[in-house]
Amino acid sequence: MLELKNLCYSVESGGEVKHIINNVSLKIDEKFVALTGPNGGGKSTLAKLIMGIIKPTSGQIIFDGQDITDLSVTERANLGIGFAFQQPVRFKGITVSDIINMASGRTLKVSEVCAYLSEVGLCAREYVNREINASLSGGELKRIEIASVMARGVKLSLFDEPEAGIDLWSFSSLIKVFEKLRDILGGSLIIISHQERILNIADRIIVIANGQIERDGTPDQVMDRILVSSACKVLDDKKGV
Amino acid sequence: MKLDPLQKQLLLEIADIEGVPQGAFNIRKDGELLQRSTNADVDIVSKTDKSGIDIYIRENAPFQRIDIPVIITKTGVTDLVYNDFHIGAGADVLIVAGCGIHNPGCDTAQHDGIHTFNVGEGAKVKYVEKHYGQGDGNGKRILNPTTVINMAKDSYLEMETVQIKGVDSTDRKTSATLDSGATLIIHEKIMTHGKQAALTDFSVDLNGDGAACHVVSRSVAKDNSHQVFNSIVNGNAKCSGHTECDAIIMDDATVSAIPRINANNVDAELIHEAAIGKIAGDQLIKLMTLGLTEKQAEEQIVNGFLK
Repeated sequence: MLELKNLCYSVESGGEVKHIINNVSLKIDEKFVALTGPNGGGKSTLAKLIMGIIKPTSGQIIFDGQDITDLSVTERANLGIGFAFQQPVRFKGITVSDIINMASGRTLKVSEVCAYLSEVGLCAREYVNREINASLSGGELKRIEIASVMARGVKLSLFDEPEAGIDLWSFSSLIKVFEKLRDILGGSLIIISHQERILNIADRIIVIANGQIERDGTPDQVMDRILVSSACKVLDDKKGV
Repeated sequence: MKLDPLQKQLLLEIADIEGVPQGAFNIRKDGELLQRSTNADVDIVSKTDKSGIDIYIRENAPFQRIDIPVIITKTGVTDLVYNDFHIGAGADVLIVAGCGIHNPGCDTAQHDGIHTFNVGEGAKVKYVEKHYGQGDGNGKRILNPTTVINMAKDSYLEMETVQIKGVDSTDRKTSATLDSGATLIIHEKIMTHGKQAALTDFSVDLNGDGAACHVVSRSVAKDNSHQVFNSIVNGNAKCSGHTECDAIIMDDATVSAIPRINANNVDAELIHEAAIGKIAGDQLIKLMTLGLTEKQAEEQIVNGFLK
């Protein structure tokens, strides 16, 4: 479904070229793929490159056999790629139901909008006509963002740290949302996450560090090593103190 | 009431009126009275000393709607009209005014409406005013509304003023004085395009304890248009006042926002806010990830902002 060929993304900073994504090649056909790794390792950049929000310095992105490297965000969206932002955007005047309608590409019945909101744990009737503005909390915005991607129902849905900003109480219901999404969505989910419980329900985990693929495999193959290296990092940090 | 298709369309644009309005009404066309209707609670009388009408609403009148639209369909018409509303204590009314200009020729078509509201004690008023212009000619479409609001004790007035399309030049002045316990809420929505100019002036005097006002303006300036938002709130008692201007600027447009608050009493609580900026890039990208083109995304953002 998705193939990245020798993908690179570099920026120039203070006269030096910094390689944010450094020659990444991979193929994704699984239903549920988790991208994980240290902060600043390049996960979000990789997701933005796939959505077309930023353009690669070199390399190719192939989606369903088509080279989409030079296509715009809109064209990629219409081919079937969806994106949930790590920090959802606020709008003055645009309501929750407006955004769900835009996402689904048609005017939904109120009951249909409510169904999407209920899926992400929002009491639907209270939210349908609310503006997506500063009056909503970070957690509420994240859920609406996830609902908007659910409403698109596309072949490939990217979620950039969906758990960030969601409280512990809501987190378990979020896991259920993704388990359900895996079942109901016809396509694939790529989720950037640091959460062990999300990583555990993935079909495949790809660890991105320093702009490259550090490890790639099933949760059984990858998780132990992640946990060991995390534990070592904690010990190293303590030694440093 | 006989109306041609153009007149019907203008009435629909400014007042959502299809056919003859239900309640009391006064429809003015090209500087003359077209039709009027009154009832037991609302009387409308033509002024004898100048152009315009007096609208009397009986004390404690139960809720009703009054329509007073103006349409101009000829080029070269300059219409100055004084409409005075006398709203009895305890009355509850929705007043829908507005002006639609279709200027087919090369001369200027202009309507200057001066509306005065004397709102009785405890009365509740919603005033909706919509301005709209169209026409193929080169003649300018000018609308200069002036609104004067005098609010008695514990009265409430909510004003919605909208100018979305086709008005070349507008100089809008609104002034209000509030007695104790009175509440004034103003929502202004303006969109300018081409070489249009819109000047807005709000001046509110909060004279009584417990008086409150919210003056909120949302505007979009496109192309080479120019907007100025002036607002002054004077807190002369133990009162609360809030004025806010929020503008989206596009293309080569220019916008000035000059909010001013004067606290003349130690217990006056006054706030002003003003923000001007272009559409945020991440807003466009979010909507593009939903499949909209950049232009469609821009339209959705502007429409939502002015909704």
